[in-house]
Amino acid sequence: MTSNAENSARQWEIASSTQAADRLCEELLETARRNGFEEEDLFAIHLALEEAFVNAVQHGNQCDPEKTVSVCCTVTPEKFDITITDQGAGFKPDQLPDPRCPENLCKCSGRGVLLIRAYMDQVEYNAKGNRVRMVKFNQSAGKPHSGSAGMAS
Amino acid sequence: MEKTSPNMTIEYVGEEIIVAVLTDEKILEDTQIQALESSFMPLIEQNSPAKLVVDFSNVRFLTSSVLGLLIRISKKIYESEGMLRLCCIQPKIFEIFKITRLDKIFEIYPTREKALEGLQ
Repeated sequence: MTSNAENSARQWEIASSTQAADRLCEELLETARRNGFEEEDLFAIHLALEEAFVNAVQHGNQCDPEKTVSVCCTVTPEKFDITITDQGAGFKPDQLPDPRCPENLCKCSGRGVLLIRAYMDQVEYNAKGNRVRMVKFNQSAGKPHSGSAGMAS
Repeated sequence: MEKTSPNMTIEYVGEEIIVAVLTDEKILEDTQIQALESSFMPLIEQNSPAKLVVDFSNVRFLTSSVLGLLIRISKKIYESEGMLRLCCIQPKIFEIFKITRLDKIFEIYPTREKALEGLQ
């Protein structure tokens, strides 16, 4: 895993493995915590990250060791802003079957994108469908907290 | 009678009701889900038609992969006309069930006692 500091934004290129994604997920959550995000927001960010990394690593890159996942994240006391890009063929998120429809309720998969949209404040995919940008605003921003601004630590 | 399987504790209530208490606070890794599936499926087969209560009181975080596992468990149970109930789901986790509308297909009870009512 490599990372480059760039003002308050940081970038990573991680292997297509759940272990690499889990390590980065923990690091990102700790950064959000240090920036004053509280439990409710951290839960939402955590869930969205888990679902997005599964989509990138397993569905996008098919766990191919030759492929990587690019991550760019900016965390401030006001917002958590992350872009995750895989090297897969992409997908059309708006054409996914709605997992809440009666005919899909008993399907064993297909709920990740729904949860990402439910828990994050902004979610955008690129046209190819291999890049997702997710933003979560800090509900407690402006309240006193012990966090420090920026990603750099 | 009580025994421990990977990621859960199994208790028998009477002769036929199984209560599986999930022991992990966070269920998100593939290995955890595979271990749970490997514990649940034989348990359901050996006790067919199973009357199973899954207790979530320790669980503070889960992903959609766990929802998929629960659906596979429910299909296995309903194949043999068994019964599945979920209980003690923390509010944040219950919200995930509501968003996905799985609260409409699973029988969910606030306490273990309520879940056991009518099963015995």
